[in-house]
Amino acid sequence: MPALTELERAYAQARRDPSFRKEFRQSLYEYAGRATPLYFAERLTDKLGGAKIYLKREDLCHTGAHKINNTLGQILLARRMGKERIIAETGAGQHGVATATVAARFGLECEIFMGREDVARQSLNVFRMKLLGAKVRVVEAGSRTLKDAMNEALRDWVTHVRNTYYLIGSVAGPHPYPMMVRDFQSVIGKEARRQFLKAEGRLPDYLVACVGGGSNSMGLFYPFVRDPQVRMLGVEAAGRGLRTGKHAASILGGEVGVLHGSKSYVLQDERGQIRETHSIAAGLDYPGVGPELSYLRDCGRVQFVSATDSEAIEAIKFLAEVEGIIPALESAHALAAVKRLAPRLAKRQTVIIGLSGRGDKDMMTVGDYLGVTL
Amino acid sequence: MSSIEKKFAELQRRGEAALIPFVTAGDPNLATTLKILHALEKGGADCIELGIPFSDPTADGPTIQRSSERALRNGLSLPRILQLVRQFRRTSEVPIVLFGYFNPIFHYGVANFCRAAARAGADGILCVDLPPEESAELKRWTDAEGLDLIFLLSPTSGPERVKRVAGRGRGFIYYVSVTGVTGARQALDNRLRSQVARVRRATSLPVGVGFGISTPKQAAWIAGFADAAVVGSALIERIEKAKGGAEKARRAGAFVFELKRAMKQVVKKS
Repeated sequence: MPALTELERAYAQARRDPSFRKEFRQSLYEYAGRATPLYFAERLTDKLGGAKIYLKREDLCHTGAHKINNTLGQILLARRMGKERIIAETGAGQHGVATATVAARFGLECEIFMGREDVARQSLNVFRMKLLGAKVRVVEAGSRTLKDAMNEALRDWVTHVRNTYYLIGSVAGPHPYPMMVRDFQSVIGKEARRQFLKAEGRLPDYLVACVGGGSNSMGLFYPFVRDPQVRMLGVEAAGRGLRTGKHAASILGGEVGVLHGSKSYVLQDERGQIRETHSIAAGLDYPGVGPELSYLRDCGRVQFVSATDSEAIEAIKFLAEVEGIIPALESAHALAAVKRLAPRLAKRQTVIIGLSGRGDKDMMTVGDYLGVTL
Repeated sequence: MSSIEKKFAELQRRGEAALIPFVTAGDPNLATTLKILHALEKGGADCIELGIPFSDPTADGPTIQRSSERALRNGLSLPRILQLVRQFRRTSEVPIVLFGYFNPIFHYGVANFCRAAARAGADGILCVDLPPEESAELKRWTDAEGLDLIFLLSPTSGPERVKRVAGRGRGFIYYVSVTGVTGARQALDNRLRSQVARVRRATSLPVGVGFGISTPKQAAWIAGFADAAVVGSALIERIEKAKGGAEKARRAGAFVFELKRAMKQVVKKS
């Protein structure tokens, strides 16, 4: 708790400091490759035969996903706070890679906690992290996925709190993380808003993004929260189907609870024990969701739907064939929802999909699912 | 005066520090835990911390993680843990502190839980992942039901926090001896004595020390300057290794006896 208070103070100072903001901006644009395009997906639009669809191309960020936005912000903060060692949890490995990347860039020691299950299904990202000089700590506890990696990172943090900065990758965890990660990721929505206004001269009708912990959706949604005409759709991972219990849809299938220091929707059993989750997308495989997303759902600002594993796979194939873009399994959930939504909308209506990452990391998983040996 | 406070006052008069063993409820099953509780009392436990297992015990090291996993595998639930407390209360007056994480309590309902815990005969609640800043609701109900809500302090707690916890806590203050998670340690920090003294100056509540205490020698050292020593992982390791309920209880009782004997030989300076 004192560590969180220290972090809260440091962040409150940094966000008001013009030199911090300038450094963050510069890193985003010069190092991470921003701005990312807002791309009008013409063939996708034609094929679905309804609303006009744009893709916010976070897959084109350095390291292949939106995760780098937040890691850059937080590592600059860690440096300001004089911390020498960075730790992080990772599911799909994208946040781990993004953390290892910025730790290398700023010359800080880095350890990434990753569940045994995820290490097995994301071996490519494990190798990338090691190549970037990070140590990968394999977590054997619990369900051996993202939540357990987060548990272990929290344990490490309380043990080495004096010299260590815990770089959380999602809008989950204790305050101030949900707020801070949202702020750092909201560059996605700010850019998209500007780009869309320039292209269409008005605001979009729909924003659609996948939701695991919720960092990419909060990043896209937040700058539009006060625009009531813009509807927002969060897409959770239905895994093998919401009714099978093998899913990761915390908002659609969970109840209010307290996990990792925040009160939000949590997948839990009748005893209040946290349930094991399933999604083909390791980055969505988390039993909680950001508290602010829970709030936005409860007050009706954001609607939630879900997409299954097989719908996500279909969506990957579809986008690859139609637009020549292979999205990450996570982002494919958003696309799957738009495949259902767009045909029901009028041609003058518009949709922005948060394409949070690229699919290179998922080729083994997709191959497996389709029965193809790579 | 609560049972916990009475116990501390009584020990104070005798110049003794309290020994507070920790065990996880339902590890490996509730019948064994009941036997262990009786053995702990017989061995000389002054108060018992009964762990409510949780799927994601972020404040615990590997020993208590394993212990919680074993307990949860048997479908353990809060009502059954309270049933165990009720059974133990039929023959024992040793104060019991329920030690756990917030979500199972929140899910059960904070008010219902406090009412049921008090009725079952529990004396205190320690919710390890609920900081004092967020504890208003729980505190309202523990106060209403006459339960002591116990808070943690650690070496990283600044003066403001020490003051806040000293003001809100009841029963005793649990001082975490290390920055880190639970688990037996080879060595304890030498600065512990002065750290406990710092807390003591801010509160009239007894100060207990826990996390990492694993030998009679360490417990005796703690007894020299603190009001209680909490021993968890080292005890659970012994229970884990013993085969069968009776043997587990016997080993637990014997270890507690050794700890208490060493602590009694120390005259408390404070």
